[in-house]
Amino acid sequence: MKPAPFVRHVPRTLEEALATLAEVAGEDGRVLAGGQSLVPIMAFRLAKPAHLVDINEVEGLDRLVDDGKTLTIGACVRHGAFHRPVTDNPLGALLSYVARHIAHYPIRMRGTFCGSLAHADPSSEWCLTVATLDAVMVAMSVKGAREIKAADYFDGIMSTHLKEDELLAEVRLPLLADDAKFGFYEFSRRAGDFAMAASLVTYRLEGNKIVDAHVGVGGAEPSPRRIPEAEAALNGKAPGDAAFRAAGEAASAAIDPLEDHQTDAAYRRDLVRVVVRRALEHSA
Amino acid sequence: MSAHTKGSGGDGMKWVGRSIRRLEDPALVRGRGRFTADLPAAHWVRIVRSPNAAGKIKGITAPDGAMVITAADIKGVKKITPMLHKFNYRPVGQPILADGEVRFVGEAIAAVVASSEEEAEDIADLVEIDIEDATALVDSRAAIEAGAPQIHAEAPGNVILKGEVKTPGFDEVWASAAKVIRIDARSNRQNATPMEARAAHAAYDAVTGRVTLHCTAQMPHLMRTAIADCIGMPESELRVIAPDVGGGFGQKMSLCVEYVLVTWLARHLKSSVGWTEDRRENLIASFHSRDQYVTLEGAFDKDAKLLALRADVLSNVGAYSCFPTTSGVEPLMAMAEMPGPYDFQHYQCLARGVLTNTCTMAAYRGVSRPVITFTLERLMDKAAKAFAIDPVDIRRQNLIVKFPYKSATGLEFDEATYRETMEMAVEAINLPVFRARQQLARDRGEYLGVGFATFSERTGYGSPAFAARGMEITPGWETVHVTVDPSGFVEARIGSSPHGQGLRTTLAQIIADEIGIPPEMIKVIHGDTDTAPYGWGTFASRSLVISGGATLIAARKIRAKLIKIAGHMLEAAETDIVLEDGKAKVAGTDREVTIAKMAREAYTQTHRFKGEIEPGLTESGTYDPPGTFSNACHVALVRVDPETGHVKVERYLVAEDAGRIINPMIADGQVHGGVAQGIGNALLEEIIYDESGAILTANLADYMPPTAHEIPPIELHHMEIPSTQSITKAKGLGEGGTIGPPAAVLNAINDALTPFGVEIDTIPATPQRIRAALRAAPRNAERAP
Amino acid sequence: MSEKTDITLTINGKDYAIAVEPRRTLADAIREDCGQTGTHIGCEHGVCGACTVIVDDAPVRSCLMFAVQAEGRNIRTVEGLATGDTLHPMQQAFMDNHGLQCGFCTPGFLMLAVGVLEREPNISDEALLDVLSSNLCRCTGYQNIIKSVRAAAQEMRK
Repeated sequence: MKPAPFVRHVPRTLEEALATLAEVAGEDGRVLAGGQSLVPIMAFRLAKPAHLVDINEVEGLDRLVDDGKTLTIGACVRHGAFHRPVTDNPLGALLSYVARHIAHYPIRMRGTFCGSLAHADPSSEWCLTVATLDAVMVAMSVKGAREIKAADYFDGIMSTHLKEDELLAEVRLPLLADDAKFGFYEFSRRAGDFAMAASLVTYRLEGNKIVDAHVGVGGAEPSPRRIPEAEAALNGKAPGDAAFRAAGEAASAAIDPLEDHQTDAAYRRDLVRVVVRRALEHSA
Repeated sequence: MSAHTKGSGGDGMKWVGRSIRRLEDPALVRGRGRFTADLPAAHWVRIVRSPNAAGKIKGITAPDGAMVITAADIKGVKKITPMLHKFNYRPVGQPILADGEVRFVGEAIAAVVASSEEEAEDIADLVEIDIEDATALVDSRAAIEAGAPQIHAEAPGNVILKGEVKTPGFDEVWASAAKVIRIDARSNRQNATPMEARAAHAAYDAVTGRVTLHCTAQMPHLMRTAIADCIGMPESELRVIAPDVGGGFGQKMSLCVEYVLVTWLARHLKSSVGWTEDRRENLIASFHSRDQYVTLEGAFDKDAKLLALRADVLSNVGAYSCFPTTSGVEPLMAMAEMPGPYDFQHYQCLARGVLTNTCTMAAYRGVSRPVITFTLERLMDKAAKAFAIDPVDIRRQNLIVKFPYKSATGLEFDEATYRETMEMAVEAINLPVFRARQQLARDRGEYLGVGFATFSERTGYGSPAFAARGMEITPGWETVHVTVDPSGFVEARIGSSPHGQGLRTTLAQIIADEIGIPPEMIKVIHGDTDTAPYGWGTFASRSLVISGGATLIAARKIRAKLIKIAGHMLEAAETDIVLEDGKAKVAGTDREVTIAKMAREAYTQTHRFKGEIEPGLTESGTYDPPGTFSNACHVALVRVDPETGHVKVERYLVAEDAGRIINPMIADGQVHGGVAQGIGNALLEEIIYDESGAILTANLADYMPPTAHEIPPIELHHMEIPSTQSITKAKGLGEGGTIGPPAAVLNAINDALTPFGVEIDTIPATPQRIRAALRAAPRNAERAP
Repeated sequence: MSEKTDITLTINGKDYAIAVEPRRTLADAIREDCGQTGTHIGCEHGVCGACTVIVDDAPVRSCLMFAVQAEGRNIRTVEGLATGDTLHPMQQAFMDNHGLQCGFCTPGFLMLAVGVLEREPNISDEALLDVLSSNLCRCTGYQNIIKSVRAAAQEMRK
C-alpha cells in the first residue's frame, strides 16, 4: 500500500504556488496541504496524482485573522489551531467545540481547515461548518481570486466547484452576533470516525423567540447544507423541546438521504432527526 | 480493578502467584522488538490478487522485463490440502497461486518480485489479469441450495463436512417438553486483526543451502513441516523463526500461501525475499472467522429445567480449508461444545461447513464459542422470559453443580465453578439495585440493560482431545528443555511460540520456584526451529498449561539433579538439601554452595561425581494433558440509545475461575484484551461482502476494531480453584475473555429493549440493526421516540 | 519509480543523510532508510496510529507524511525516549502497569501519549481518554494503557 510515484513541487510564495498549479493542473496535479485525507487515498492508490504542489512551505498561508467582521482562515491553518478559541467572538468557541470532534489528535496536528473543504467529504465537520455559517471560499489561480459562496461551493461527494488550477487559499467565516447561540452534535459508531450524520446550529433569541436560525446537516447527503425547512420550524418559536423536535422532523423529511451498504435511507433520516434535535439541545 | 480469591494456590511458592513485571518489556518499550517486517531484503514481493470472487483465469499479462511468478512457474509446489478423517470431510486443495480458477476476491494469482515494495506494487498495478467472471456464492445458505454452482469438484453441494450427533432417547425426551424455545442466531464475519499484519522474510544461505524464514507465525515448527512438504524439500534445509510477533489471535496459526511462496522464491533466487502484508490484504485475504447461522432449540420441562438441545450449525468456511485445523475448526467446535455449562443429557446437532467464494475461514480467539455461547445464552434468556423468571434464576436452575460431570457430547468436566462464579458476579453487580435504577431510567426514557453469560472454556488440551477430531495433523503435547549453563544462568527452550502472552515471564516464574533463583536469571527461548524443540506453538489457551507443565517437569528434574550434586559437594544427605536464594543449603547448618558453582562443576568437574551423575545440566520435560476447563460468568451493563441504536457498554464484569494464577497481572491483561475483542465482536466488527463477492470493509475505518472509547472499565474477580488435570494447577484463559461478551452484551441489549418488545439475535448488534428492529417494533408507536 | 531526492532527516537528534523518492512516507524512511525500526506500521492509512512519532513537538501519523516534508524538522521516535539506561516515565509506567502485551502498537502509544502530555501536561482524564482513542491496540483492551498513561502523566507533572 505505497503511493504511486509523483513529482513534488515546493513553492515558497503564493504566486509561485499558483504558477506551479497552473502548470501541472492539466497533468493531474493536486495540492498537498495536511495530507490527512489525500495521503490515505493515495496509499490505496485510489488517487494517483502525477504532481503534488506541497503548499506547506508557502509563506503566509497559516494566516488566521479576525478583522471584527470576518474570521479569515488561510490554506495551511491546521485543525489543532482551533483547539483553543481563536477569537472572543462566539465563533471561537464554536470552532473549538467542533474541532474536538475531527478525527483524532495526531490527525488534527497535520490536517488543515481548507484541506478538509477541498477534499469535501460529506461527513467533514468543517464542510458542515462553512455550509451552516454561509462562509465564503476564496479560490485563487494565476487568473486571480474568485469568491465562492458556501451554497455554491460543494458539488457532491468529495467534489467541489474549485477548478483544477485553483487553490483554496482562504476561507472567510462571518463572525457571529455577540449573543449568538450554537450547538453541535454528530453520530459515529466509534470515537473519531466519520460522522454518519451531524448537525451544527446557530441562532439568536429576541424576547425568547428564535431568530436567524441556521441549521446545517452533514454526513446525510452528498454535501452538507443548511436545511430551510428546519430553520422555518425554529424562527419565531420559543426554544425548547417542541421547536427542537419540529426542526429535527423537518430536517429528517427534507433530506435526500445518502445510502450505503450499512445505512439505508430510513436510518439516515432517523439519525438526522436526532442529530438536529440534539444540536439544538446542546445550544440551549 | 481486580480481586483475587486465594484458593489453595499458595503452598510456599515464592514467584508463582506474583504480579512481577514482564521480562519481555524492557526491549519492547525501547523500540527494540524484532518483528519480521524490520528485516531488510534484496527482493520484495507484491501479490497480484483476484478482483473477482469466482471465475476462470483466461490470461495473465506481465509488463515487459518484470519478474512475475504465476502458477505455471511453480508447478512442482504442492497445494495446501489439510485433512480430516471424520465427519464426511471432503479434502480440497488450495494452490499457492491460483491455477486456472479463482475462488475469492483477494486470492493470490501472481507474485511480482522487485527491488523495493514500491516498485513491486507499481509493476503489480500493470499486470493484467483476464478473468471470465462466474457467479459468486457469498452466503452459506445460498451455497447449499440445489443447483448452486460447485466451488470445488471434490465437495458436492459445497458441503465440505457434515457432523451429526443424536443421543439415544432424544425424541422421547423432546416430546415430553413443556416448552420448546428457539433462537435463530446470526454471527457475521470477523477478522482477527492483529495490529501487525502478516509478514514473511526468507533468506537463502549459499554456504549451507538452507533457507531461514522469518514469519509472523504462531506455530513455527508446523510451518516448517508444512512448507517443506509443499515445496518438496528436506525440513533440515529450512529454519523457521517467529521473532517478535505483533499479536495473532489465531489468524497467524494457519499456513498461508505467501509463506510457501516466499520460501520458494528465496531458493529460486538464492537470495533474500521479503513480503509485508498491507492492511487491505489482511482484511480481504488473510483469514476470516465467525460467519455462522445457528438455529438452536431448547426443550424445557414445566419448571424451566432444560431437558434437551437441538442445534443446526451452518458455518461459512470460505473458499478453502485452513491448515492444519481444517475448516472443521468452527462447525465441529460448535457441535462439541454447544451444551455449554448446563446440566442435560439429550442433544441433537447437525453441523455443516459450507464452501463459498469468500476468504478462507480459520481459527480466531475463542473459535466458535463466542457464537455458540451467544446463541445458548440468548436461548436461556428467552426461556427465562417465556417462563417469566429471572435470567439468573434460570441459570441457577440449570447450571451443572456436581462434578465430575460427563456432558451429553461425552466431555468430562473434572470440576467447575459455574454457579459460584455467577453468584460472585451477581453479588458484585448488585442486581436489585441495578433493577431499581433501570426502572427509574426507563421512566426518564433511558434504556439500561444487564446481561449475563456463563460458559465453560476448554483449555490446555493435549493430543487425545485433538485426536477425537480425526485431524491428519493432531497437535497437543509440548516439550521444554531446561538448561543451567556453566555460569549458573538458566535457559528454557520451548516449543510454544508466545506473541504477547508473557510466557517468557510466567515460565520463568515456574522455574524460579523449583530451583531457587530469581526469574531475571532465566531466559525463555522460543520461536526458532533451530534452537527450540519441536512443538505446536501458541493457540487454543494451551501454552501456560501445556508448556508450563512441561517446564515444571523439566525444572523438577533439574532440581533433583542439583540436589544430587549438592549432596556430593556438601557431603550431605539429599533429603537435607534445600534450594533457595541461588544456593543449595544443608538444612540446620551453615554449609551451602551456590547454584553457579554447582553448575560449573556439572560441566567442568564431572570426574568428581564418580560416574554417579550424568555430565551437564540439561533436562527435558514433555507434557500432553487431557485438558481442563476454565469457566467464567460475564456481566455487561449497557445503555441503549433507542433513537440512534447506539449501544454504550457502561460497565463490564468478569468472574472467572482459571485455576492457579501464575502471574495475576498477566492473567488480568489476557482477560482485558479478550473482553475488548468480544465487545468488538458484539457491537462493531463485521466483514461485509456485496453480492458479487467484493469486500466493502477493506480498511480500518469500515472494519471497526474498538478504540479506548468503546471499551468500559473491566472489573475482574478470580476464583482460583486449582485444576486437578494440570500439574501446575493452572487452567488456560487466553480465549475466555473473548467468549463471553457477545452473549453478555446482546443479553443486556435485549434486556434494555424489553419495553419495545423487540429482540436482537444478530452480532454485531449495529446501531442500524437496532434501529431497524425498533422501527418495526410492535410497540414502537407508544414507546419509541 | 521517480527521481530520488537527497534529504537529511534529524531523528532523536541524529542526522541521517538519505535519498528517497518523494512518495516515500516518513514511516518508511524512518524504518528502512534510517534503520529505526522501533516505529511500526500497522495500516498505512492513518487509522491505527502504530506509526505515531513526534515532529516538531506534535504527535503525528508518520504514514501520512512524506519523508521529504520532514526535512529540517525535529523528529522523535521511541528509540529516543529513554536517556541512556533511564527509561522515560511513560516507558516505565507501561512496564509497571502491564500497558503492553505483543508490543507492536506500543511505540505509537508511547509517542502519542508523550507528545500530547508535553503539550498539555494538565489534560483532564476525560480528554486523555479521547487522545488514547486515537490509536488501536488489539491485546490490552486499553485498560492498562489508560492506567499507564495516567500514572506517567502524574510523574511527568512532577
